[in-house]
Amino acid sequence: MAFEIPKIKYTGRIKEVTIGTGPGAIKIGGESCYPFYVFEGEMPNPPKVAFEVWDYEPQDWQEWAVEPFKDVIKDPVAWAKKCIDVYGAELIALQLKSADPNGMDRDVEEVVAVVKNVVEAIAVPLIVWGTANDEKDATLLRRVTEVCEGKNVAIGPVAEKNYKQIGAMAIGYNQIVMASTPIDVNLAKQLNILLGNLGVPDEKIVVDPTTGGLGYGLEYTYSVIERDRMAALTQEDAKLQYPVICNLAHEVWKTRETRLTKEEDPKLGDEKKRSILMEAITAMSLLMAGADIVVMRHPDSIALIKDMIGELTK
Amino acid sequence: MALTGIQIFKLLPKTNCGECKFPTCLAFAMGLAAAKAELDACPHVSDEARDQLSDASAPPIRQVSIGTGDYGIKIGGETVMFRHEKTFFNKPGIAILITDNMDDDEVDKRFSKPGQFQYERVGLTLRPELFALKETGNKEKFLNMVKKACAEPYGIILISGDQAIMKEALEIAKDRKPLIYAATGANYEVFGMLAKEYACPLAVKGQGIEEVAGLTDKLTGMGLKDLVIDTSTRTLKESLHEQIIIRRAALLSKFKPLGFPTITFPCEMTGDVMKEALIASTFIANAGIIVLSDFSGESLFPLLLQRLNIYTDPQRPMTTKEGIYPINNPGEDSPVLVTCNFSLTYFIVSGEIENSRVPAWLCVMDTEGLSVMTAWAAGKFVGDTVGAFIKKCDITEKIMHKKVIIPGYSAAILGDLEEELPGWEILIGPREAAHLPAYLKTWKP
Repeated sequence: MAFEIPKIKYTGRIKEVTIGTGPGAIKIGGESCYPFYVFEGEMPNPPKVAFEVWDYEPQDWQEWAVEPFKDVIKDPVAWAKKCIDVYGAELIALQLKSADPNGMDRDVEEVVAVVKNVVEAIAVPLIVWGTANDEKDATLLRRVTEVCEGKNVAIGPVAEKNYKQIGAMAIGYNQIVMASTPIDVNLAKQLNILLGNLGVPDEKIVVDPTTGGLGYGLEYTYSVIERDRMAALTQEDAKLQYPVICNLAHEVWKTRETRLTKEEDPKLGDEKKRSILMEAITAMSLLMAGADIVVMRHPDSIALIKDMIGELTK
Repeated sequence: MALTGIQIFKLLPKTNCGECKFPTCLAFAMGLAAAKAELDACPHVSDEARDQLSDASAPPIRQVSIGTGDYGIKIGGETVMFRHEKTFFNKPGIAILITDNMDDDEVDKRFSKPGQFQYERVGLTLRPELFALKETGNKEKFLNMVKKACAEPYGIILISGDQAIMKEALEIAKDRKPLIYAATGANYEVFGMLAKEYACPLAVKGQGIEEVAGLTDKLTGMGLKDLVIDTSTRTLKESLHEQIIIRRAALLSKFKPLGFPTITFPCEMTGDVMKEALIASTFIANAGIIVLSDFSGESLFPLLLQRLNIYTDPQRPMTTKEGIYPINNPGEDSPVLVTCNFSLTYFIVSGEIENSRVPAWLCVMDTEGLSVMTAWAAGKFVGDTVGAFIKKCDITEKIMHKKVIIPGYSAAILGDLEEELPGWEILIGPREAAHLPAYLKTWKP
């Protein structure tokens, strides 16, 4: 039976973005096909996993999430180094949790000092994730762009309300911005246009579509990324042709299903393995939709995902 | 070959009776051509025309039923490549492998697992549906397993290459409409006859897409319709590509020989159970059946959640019905919380209240599916409207106190709401649902 593989005609390509400098720099994006559809296009830069590191000792993590980092969890620099030296991290995402006005509300300069220490101590590229509070981030992330001068770091979330302040500094200090919008293709496109008008170069934009964890809105993020890619690759929508990042770790690990132990709910099985799979399956779903970077927590779930990415892109 | 609307129109009664809900036969014909109507909607079409039209009106991917009763499932029947283009209709069936070389204890344990691993999730039950019973040379034991499976309500996949054993198994299980696995190049005529005789769905296993297409063509030629495809590929990358190509061939090229749901075997693709779960997760969007080596809560639950998420209908307004939702058996002294009816908000807030184990009343107000912040900005979740809702929703008949907790993000409505609800104490809850358990534990009526 004669059968010809029905192929899609792609007319667009995702822009390439380089994060970091020197030999450790990584490149993302560049796809000319849907994620892992390499039978009909190219995926020149396999998606990357970023290990998350918090800027202070997390207070409410599960024992089984703390365990791989328990010797370094009070020290962000040592934590980041362990991710790199022991777990093979190629990319670190520093989460500025302590600055959150709804939490510790730590002073900007104290937090900026942590960022400076981390960025100077590591040779792999850095992502710096703020508080998602527009006002605080406007001050905090502007300072982050300064202290990371020359390191080509990715900084966000940059939102409609603070893109001017952070975007202008990012241009000045040659950093990458992560454009964040709430699960909506049109809003994502609009912010990308605004950043472009401000003067942020194309190769300095990464899109954060806002991430929902498994069982808690994953499907919204999944479909927004798929729509994003469809517009970018088949409808020549140049203002959506940017790599996508999903900051998923906290979205997964805060849910009750990653907290309940097997004793509390035997049907849910081993709590450690279950949490690891919930994180890994969230990441896998988002990668299948089109994410270029997934920010993750547990070394075991990261190892699983790296193995899957390796097989799907080999 | 698909017919055009005009070709279909010529075969219709042309009475424009409107019983199909289309104004004219021509409009109905156009609907059929675009797969937006079902031929069954026309009560007057002749049998002769029906035969000619069945081709054009058949869904591009056959919908196949496996099993009976409560656990009977439908697979296939999909009409789009991406869920946002419309929706996915039939979630893949998830099966546990049971073979005739496992010891009796293990076999019994596995028979009890689908019943054991069921999860209630805000009005829904997440559960696996199928047993995959595999014969590897131990006929007696295999047939015993088939008998045992028939005593359970779940769907059955019969796996054997031996036509005589398959016939005996079908004799036992025929009323349960099991899936026969599988017809191959070497045995398709005999297996095809078995599927016909027992009126059961048949899996077709070929080496790669082309051989499968050749086999389904021959089997449909024998009059079989309910087929399920296996390309024999057991490597991750190639399997994923085939799943995509098969669906595309059916939907975009209207290539009939591949217009069937697929069956996948993550259990044969790795020996690592964690990796097996991830491989299964890559098949959730495209496969018809996923056979797992075993069920355990830690891997099955995340997969069931992922399946729930991907198969949620994105066209449905994402709302929860307005009303009072009792959580953890609340009483007259229990706290009252008010929130919007965006389903995700409802889902997260009710989950956290459940999590807190504090009995509470959750009043869900119709904000047309907008979240708290958006509804506030749109003037739909403000003092006037929330106050009017609290007054009319009858919560006062359920409680002795006059306190209501509003979401932290809507603190700005406090003043207006106090004016609207004289005598009430308005409490400002946390901004994040995640902080609700801690907050509720401090509740005093």
